[in-house]
Order: sequence, then structure tokens, then C-alpha cells
Amino acid sequence: MTRTVTIDPVTRIEGHAKITLYLGDDGKVADARFHVVEFRGFEKFCVGRSFWEMPGITARVCGICPVSHILASAKAGDNILGVRVPPRAEKLRRLMNWGQLVQSHALSFFHLSAPDLLLGMDSDPATRNIMGLIQNNPSVARSGIRLRQFGQEVIRLLGGKSVHPAWAVAGGVRDPLTAEDRNQIKRMLPEAFDIAELALDLLKDSYDKFESETPVYGDFPSLFMGLVTPDGGLEHYDGLLRVVDEDGRVLENVNPSDFRRFVGEAVEPWTYLKFPYYKPLGYPQGMYRVGPLARLNVCDFAGTPRADRELRQFRRYGQRGKPVTGSFHYHYARLIEILFSLERIEETLADESLLGTHVRSISDVNESRGIGVSEAPRGTLFHEYEVDGNGILQKVNMIIATGQNNLAMNRTVQQLARAYVNGDGLSEGVLNRIEHGIRLYDPCLSCSTHAVGQMPMHVQLRAPDGALVQEIIRD
Amino acid sequence: MAVITVTINDELVSGRTGQSLLELVRERGIDLPTLCHLDGLEERGGCRLCMVEVGATNRLAAACVTPAQEGMVIYTHSERLVRYRRMILELLFAERNHVCAVCVMNGRCELQREAYTIGMDHVRYDYLTPDLPMDASHERFVIDHNRCILCTRCVRVCDSVEGAHTWDVMGRGVNCRVITDLHQPWGSSRSCTSCGKCVQVCPTGALHAKGSSVAEMVKHHDFLQWILDGREKKQWATRNGDPVEGGR
Ligand code: SF4
Ligand code: SF4
Ligand code: FES
Ligand code: NI
Repeated sequence: MTRTVTIDPVTRIEGHAKITLYLGDDGKVADARFHVVEFRGFEKFCVGRSFWEMPGITARVCGICPVSHILASAKAGDNILGVRVPPRAEKLRRLMNWGQLVQSHALSFFHLSAPDLLLGMDSDPATRNIMGLIQNNPSVARSGIRLRQFGQEVIRLLGGKSVHPAWAVAGGVRDPLTAEDRNQIKRMLPEAFDIAELALDLLKDSYDKFESETPVYGDFPSLFMGLVTPDGGLEHYDGLLRVVDEDGRVLENVNPSDFRRFVGEAVEPWTYLKFPYYKPLGYPQGMYRVGPLARLNVCDFAGTPRADRELRQFRRYGQRGKPVTGSFHYHYARLIEILFSLERIEETLADESLLGTHVRSISDVNESRGIGVSEAPRGTLFHEYEVDGNGILQKVNMIIATGQNNLAMNRTVQQLARAYVNGDGLSEGVLNRIEHGIRLYDPCLSCSTHAVGQMPMHVQLRAPDGALVQEIIRD
Repeated sequence: MAVITVTINDELVSGRTGQSLLELVRERGIDLPTLCHLDGLEERGGCRLCMVEVGATNRLAAACVTPAQEGMVIYTHSERLVRYRRMILELLFAERNHVCAVCVMNGRCELQREAYTIGMDHVRYDYLTPDLPMDASHERFVIDHNRCILCTRCVRVCDSVEGAHTWDVMGRGVNCRVITDLHQPWGSSRSCTSCGKCVQVCPTGALHAKGSSVAEMVKHHDFLQWILDGREKKQWATRNGDPVEGGR
């Protein structure tokens, strides 16, 4: 007999999601689906507005990663203007992006994942959260909060006080950095470095505990995609778009604007999240992963001393120099990126040309199409605009990191469900493992579906004929 | 100029004949909200935000277009007036698409400021959410009809100060729009001198400089008084803070 078990909600991820598990006749999981059920339709209602407004508008797509949207949008705008952004403005934009990486990764690691990692997957769910962490490991919890604050402070000092700093604009940025604000970031750096090292130690210590489990947390071959510098280093803002296969062979290494040639988008009736895939391999074989794990897999080196040292250790989790295929290592990759970002911030702040007032190139519509790409904390983000001669948007398309990891997240849920779920039903520890599996990708669901509103929260059990066998409402 | 006495909010106040009630009220430091009024432009009396209660009958009158008269008794902030003002503001918000969070004038908009001041925390009417265009055909400026409140400041400043009369109003009710050159794209207008006065006086994000991003647009009204002082009083400069006739 086939039964359907639906777990809802997945707690501690941004936005809402629902999971359906299809049990086969043998009582084992036959299939698993991770649904995203919300829809907002930003792409539709931006049509008719001007591309100048888009950084500010798209920053509202997501309260979690506004900076990524602002940057991708401003870069699409740069391309419509057809201008060269002042080098200083580019440095400032990068600075904000690194700040965003630090704050977002710190949130993912300390607030969302550390409770599972440090307190245990099967520990009491009532205290397996940041509050429980504050009780059990107050100094760790406090460090996490401090590191996140550092990243947020960098963003705030650059972009002003607003939650959605529409600071990067087509052609550059709106305001330069003052010497005073630069010095303030400098002063905060040493503590941030210490916390990053602490996080790395914590993670490595907990690796032993999870040794038997890591192979089912989404370990499978796939392609990986991310930006690299022209010489192959770790990159989050510009450069080349690279795709590698599970053996590490480079399949693409191109100007990011060419992504349409090889990225397709499939739709499934049961979720609003689109399924991007690598066209030459077709759907769904063209599954690729993006985000910290992918970025560390596509690059040849990080480019900063401390991050490179960690990267060499990280690579040991791959088979003989091949990409690391286990999604559990997203955690590790995230921490290496925090370290990398801090090193880059330090290096950039030492650059005297950073201060100065020319930060915006002024121009008008020179191109009818603009593509802006940046690496959001969760992965590669594409904004694609088409405008008329006056800059009024005719078409808007956004390809978001969480969407690109959609196939991989489904695979991960399947793997976990097969390993832990049988006909006897679901224990809390199992539900939590599945949630953790999804959280590895740090999905931003509000962002990937551009969604608001939420589904009722419930667990459903369905018979083969679709009849409801059991329903549990879980807040 | 004869001196008159008017009672404002139960207080005796002296003024001059020829003054509007709005002028008199503001001279007393009373904050009366306005939107279509702008110092330096002829009055329109269209937005009705400046309404006051006049006399024992509590007749309503727009202060900006009502001359002050001897013996008048007026109230500026009765419960009824505040209720009406809030209704007017809510209707303005419901009529077009005011999404302040992503507006070029967010934080500096006069409509937004009036709504905050009166404590408008939500709109009780159904939003019409009309499908309105932006005209970005002008080389330097944009008109976004979604944010226009039809105050006609642009029409008046263009006609009486710049003398170009590019702007006009067409249609009635919810179909009413400001237009350029008899409803041609602004960019093809032959009367527009691109002086930007309309942009500066517009109270909302409807008229803005091309290339403005969210909350970036800043508007200045000072030019209006400078131009008018020069034109009418031949007063071109100040010395030690005092106006200098003839400009020397
Ligand atoms: S014009 Fe004023 S009220 Fe309208 S959206 Fe803009 S800020 Fe808000
Ligand atoms: S465009 Fe601005 S100034 Fe002109 S009528 Fe509309 S709101 Fe008033
Ligand atoms: S200010 Fe008096 S009616 Fe508008
Ligand atoms: Ni997001």
C-alpha cells in the first residue's frame, strides 16, 4: 500500500514550505517532494516601472537577502546604461556583498544550524533552537550574534540606516564611504576573525558526531555553478560564470551574461519554485548546485591566505581532488566564506583609493537589455531586464539561488527520508533531520518564489486513493 | 489695509483685509494641512485639506481661497474636520498606486507627511489600483501618474511662472490626468523648456528627475520666491540678510 505523509511546516527556514513523503508498498519512502506553495509575482508587477527604481523595488523581494538583489539589480542597470562603474564604487559594492555574506552565513550557522549540531539532532525540540543554545552554550550563541552584527554593521555603514538600503544604483552607488566609518569597520574586524575561527573549530569538533550520518545528508553527484575570478579564484561579485561536473571538469567558463545559453527553467505543477537545469544535459539530469559548496567546488583557489588554508582541508572531503559532493559540507563551506569575506574586507579597507567622492557614473539608456549577476549567500542570482528606449521595463526575470538548488533539495529530502523513515511513521528526530537537510541549502523561500502569505500548517497522511487517513495540525 | 478681527479657535486675532484665512491661520503658528496650495502660486482650492469651520452654522470653507473678513469665527481642528481630512487623504491613497516604500520621494513626500501627521495608519476604502503609465520620454524628467494627486501645481507653475503652459488637465473623475502639449509624450513637447519648475513644486513622487532611485529625490521650492521677488519687486539680492531693491 502507498501512503503519503506530509510534513508541514519546515521550521526555522525563511518563508514556508511543505514536504510530502510517498511511502511505497514495502513501507519505505518511494518518493519525496519539497513544495513551495507561495507566490508573489514580483516579475509581473515590475513591468511598466523604470529600471532605475529596480534596486529599491527588488530589495523588497526578500527581507533576508536584500543586498544581493540590490547588487544584481544595479548591475543589470549598469549594463542598460552601458557605462563603466567607477572602480571605487565597485569596491564599495563588493564590500557590502562581503558584509552580507558574513551576516547571512552567521545567521545560518549559529542561529539555524548550531542548535542541531551542538545540542544534537534528537535533543528536546523545545530547546533545540537559539534560545536553547543561549542556555547551554551562552558564549557560542553570543559570538554568533556578534558576528552577524558585524556583517549588518558593514551594510549599515555603507548603505545608511534603512533595512533595504537602495544604495547601489545603476551606474554605481549613491554615497561614498567616510574615513570615520571605514575606521569603525576596521575596529570591529579582529573580533569577527576570532569568531570565524571559533565557528570553524566548533564545526570540526561536531563532525565526528555526524560521521555516520553525513552520507545521507544529500551526498550525490551533480554539477556545480558559481562565479570565479578571471584566473579561477573564489568570487562573489563579478568575473566568469563557471560550471563544473562531479569530476571537476570545467563545462563552462564564460561571461555571466551568456547564462541563457545553458540554463533552462522547468516547471512542475506541484510547486511554484521553478527548476533551473543545465540545458546540455536536459531536465532533470542537468541538476546543479549553487551556493557556498558550489563556489568552493568551482574555484581553483580562494585567493586569501587563511581561506586557502581551510580550502585545502575542505577539499579532502572530495574523492581524490574531485568536487565535494556531500551537502552536509555546505556548513563548512559557509564558514570558509566568512573567513574569506573578512580577509577581503580587511584588504579592501587598507586601500586608500576607497575613500573619495566619485562613486557614480551618469548616463542614460544605451542598451535595451541588461543582465546582472551576483553571488548571493545562497548562490548565483540573476536579474534580467528588457527596457524600451526610455528605460521602462518590458520584461523582468529573476533566477534565484534557492530555485537553482531546488532539484538538489528534493534529492536530499529523498535520501534522508529513505534512510530514516519507514512505515511506522515519523519520529521528531526524523522530521528534524529532514528539516536540517533542507537548511543545509539555507533556502530563502520568500525570495525564491517572491512570496508572501502562507499555507495552513499541517501534517497529512493520505491513502493510495488520495483519501485522508490522518491529519495533524502542528504550529 | 484695514485691520480686521477674526476669532480663531476661540481666540481673538487681528489681521488685514485681503488676507486669506490660510495666511491668517498660519501667521498664528497654527498648522493647517495643505496640498494644492504652494506659497507663490495662485490658489486652486482643489484638495480641500485646508477646510475650516466658519461661523455658528459650522459651514466648511477652504481656507486658502476664503478671504478673511471682519468678525469671522472659525475653527481649524474640530473633530469633524480632522475626520474629513483623514478621509480625503485615504481617498487620495486609494485612488492611485502609492507604494511609499519604493517611491523616489519616500521620506520627503508632502502627501506622505500629511498622512503621518494626521495618524493615518490604514486606508478604509478599496484601492482602485489603476493600471497607469509612466512617461519617461523627456530627456531629464519623468511623470509617474501612479503618484499624481492632481493638485495642478505643475500646471500653474508652468503657466504663470515659466510662461510655457505645457501642462494641462484632461478627463474627469478617476480618468482625470495631467497631460503635456495636449496629450503628447512629454519628450516630444515643443512648449516645454525643460526648466524643471514643475518637478520642483510637485508635492509627491509623480514628477521626478530621471535616474532617481528609491527615496533619492529632493525638491526645492525656494526658487519660486526668488523668481517672484525679482519679477515683481525687482529685488534680486540681499545684503546683510535684507532685500536690496534693484539688485545692487
Ligand atoms: S508620492 Fe508620496 S504618498 Fe505617493 S507613494 Fe510616493 S511617497 Fe508615498
Ligand atoms: S504631477 Fe505632481 S504637481 Fe502635477 S498635478 Fe500631479 S501631483 Fe500635482
Ligand atoms: S490647500 Fe486649500 S484646498 Fe488645497
Ligand atoms: Ni532571499
